[in-house]
Amino acid sequence: MEQHNCFHCGDICDSEQISYNEKLFCCNGCKTVYEIFSENDLTCYYDLQSAPGSAPKEIQGKYDFLSQENIIEKLTEFNDGHIQIATLYIPHIHCSSCIWILENLNKLNKNITASQVNFGKKNVRITYKTNQFSLKEAVLLLSAIGYEPYISLDDFKTGKENINRSLTYKLGVAGFAFGNVMFLSFPEYFEVGEFWIEQYKHVFRWLMFAFSLPVIFYAGRDYFTSAYKGLRSGLLNIDVPIALGLTVLFVRSTVEIILDLGSGFFDSLTGLVFFLLLGKFFQQKTYSFLSFERDYKSYFPIAITKILNGIETPIQVYDIKKGDRLLIRNQELIPVDGILINGKAKIDYSFVTGESDAVTKNSGDKLYAGGKQTTGVIEMEALKSVEQSYLTQLWSNDVFNKNKEDGFTTLTNTISKRFTIAVLSVAFIATTYWLFVDSTKAMNVFTAVLIIACPCAIALSAPFTLGNLLRIFGKLKFYLKNASVIEQLASINTIIFDKTGTITSNKLSSATYDGDLLNASEELQLKNTLRGSNHPLSRTLYDILDEHDIITLNHFEEHLGKGIESIHQNDTMKIGSASFVGLEQDISILNTTVHISSNNKYKGKYTFYNSYRKGLSKLFNLLKSDYDLVILSGDNSGELENLKKLLPAKTKLIFNQNPDDKLDYIKYHQSEGAKVLMIGDGLNDAGALAQSEVGIAISENVNVFSPACDAILDASKFNQLYKYIKASKQAIKIIKWSFVLSFFYNIIGLYFAVTGQLEPVIAAILMPLSSISIVIFTTIATNIVGRKLE
Amino acid sequence: MSVIYILLSISIVVAIGFFIAFILAVKSGQFDDDYTPSVRMLFEDELVKDNQEQTIKTKQIN
Repeated sequence: MEQHNCFHCGDICDSEQISYNEKLFCCNGCKTVYEIFSENDLTCYYDLQSAPGSAPKEIQGKYDFLSQENIIEKLTEFNDGHIQIATLYIPHIHCSSCIWILENLNKLNKNITASQVNFGKKNVRITYKTNQFSLKEAVLLLSAIGYEPYISLDDFKTGKENINRSLTYKLGVAGFAFGNVMFLSFPEYFEVGEFWIEQYKHVFRWLMFAFSLPVIFYAGRDYFTSAYKGLRSGLLNIDVPIALGLTVLFVRSTVEIILDLGSGFFDSLTGLVFFLLLGKFFQQKTYSFLSFERDYKSYFPIAITKILNGIETPIQVYDIKKGDRLLIRNQELIPVDGILINGKAKIDYSFVTGESDAVTKNSGDKLYAGGKQTTGVIEMEALKSVEQSYLTQLWSNDVFNKNKEDGFTTLTNTISKRFTIAVLSVAFIATTYWLFVDSTKAMNVFTAVLIIACPCAIALSAPFTLGNLLRIFGKLKFYLKNASVIEQLASINTIIFDKTGTITSNKLSSATYDGDLLNASEELQLKNTLRGSNHPLSRTLYDILDEHDIITLNHFEEHLGKGIESIHQNDTMKIGSASFVGLEQDISILNTTVHISSNNKYKGKYTFYNSYRKGLSKLFNLLKSDYDLVILSGDNSGELENLKKLLPAKTKLIFNQNPDDKLDYIKYHQSEGAKVLMIGDGLNDAGALAQSEVGIAISENVNVFSPACDAILDASKFNQLYKYIKASKQAIKIIKWSFVLSFFYNIIGLYFAVTGQLEPVIAAILMPLSSISIVIFTTIATNIVGRKLE
Repeated sequence: MSVIYILLSISIVVAIGFFIAFILAVKSGQFDDDYTPSVRMLFEDELVKDNQEQTIKTKQIN
């Protein structure tokens, strides 16, 4: 069979094919989008990239809440009654065609005056006139062309987004001053003693002084505040010697130019601050398309339909009270714990548990917040408000308010303590010596030691090593929240895995059959019946079964939530749940099964299994010698035997853990000295991810949401985990070596300082030289480590 | 007054001018999105004219 791909979205058109304008489409939705674009002369969309679109989804009534004034007010960033500006997050944005079509929205509707895409953040900022248009219509228009915005509770915050650009400003100020001071100090480097320099040197010096003022008081401010905070809490962090060095540099230089003793060290001062800020800037790598801070708010809808006396009104999720009757549509998320009143509920709890199979619920059953309804409309009664629901309560745990970085002493700060003490002793010993030998030089030597020992190179080692490794990891689909995660990762000794969705893949991909063997014609009919169904289990089973010819069925009917039925040449076949095919009771409750009957005679069942990720055994065998391994699963122990066979014998297997149990388990082991790496995927792991030293979220698709964590790992790279941890350890080694290198520079510098011959030009050469060579060393070394990863 | 003062003041004024330009550019958010503009500038040719003139590309399709 020849396969055709949809002209709009690129999916394979197998169940239905629609031909329009000599193009093939997989569904009516895709065809409609094409029609809209061709009517408006926007078919360039398809020239820029082939099959760039996505099929529009059913959205009937989903965005009714957007007509409410108070919700519009929260979502728009500008609103003067005639014109509104709103920024919408659109997960589908993925190629240049997307940018093109979204920036041409004004061609589709005249009331949209401007639209601008930010590709990295996947959002579009739309400006529109409100007299004939509204936010709801804009959202409906976007959905109609396959770009459905994602509006969650997270968008529902007052106040505008504040982008912190202060580091860029500071870097700009320091760089500007550094360049100008260098340029002004050049005459004195080389032309000392000539007549004109004698005449004008004061102008040059005071200009340099003026340029260094914003550097010391604005650009370098953070180092002083951090050093002060460190000292107050009894810590000698790396910023203490830096702040000391900066102060001495500035004071000594100012005194020198006032008393006309020399030209001062303004060049070294500004250069130092510039290089330090450069290191900070380099370390700060953000992935704008990822978020490491998500809680339930990013998953939850902003509004929900409430039924009061038979009237449906959209209300804000925060306004839901106990006893409210709520309407949940297909594909909507249940925002609060409640009781199912009527409708056929098939709830997908994959957000909460990572479990991919939908659970069937009957009227009167309890529903938990976070589940997604997957078949038709249901009505439920709220039992709790949003914050008190089972899932959301997890976030009231203290662990979510703690900053992990605070409790962690970095390698740099550890070394800085000894370094500061050593430098101060050298300074005092040298000063004492000179007091007896030549007391005029004593003050000079004291300040020179503090200046030259200012640990610029030490302070740069970690940012450049970790920053570069962070980028290398990012290219390999391992996204870290910040650079300190690498240091934490290098120090762990226990690794805890979640089961479902973490060591297993989310797709059910293997199935075993037991029962009476199917004959050839039955197999043929089974395969062809499954072809017509879009149910996920049908699709999976269809892919597993052998290829067969295509036959035309006499009758085909899909019973929602039950199964499918087909007739071919007088043979009836039923595929679906146990009760649907006529089996009294389902004995295999623990597993996902599909039952088959032919001509009302029960034949057998297919049992589906989560398949374990590729390379799982190998990974565990690599890890077992260095780490304690634990599997902490929210599931029942159905897979115990299987896992025992797969994994090394010393792996601990613990089942039936709820989110709080997981958190407590980690807390307990931490109190016994374990440094824990937690690897999980669902919101149920959120507490454990936050409590552990390093929490890594596994994601099949990094563009969809993963819970708050320190790092996000693409599922395809799961088997590389050992290499990543090893690379982190090597990074620590690189940092240690660059410390050695910078001590070497410090000893050279100290020789000049202690002997009282530190000239500004020596400081001005030695400082950039040491900084730049550290940067080169760490960059080359981390790239070598990175090459081994690929 | 010596020429050195004039030269110094000119150079500093020019430097400060560029510095202010940099600050304003950062402030306006010019460096916030470093990817989209690079794609956007390639769209010049594909912009749809308001007079509904058919381009060669759309003619082929219809």
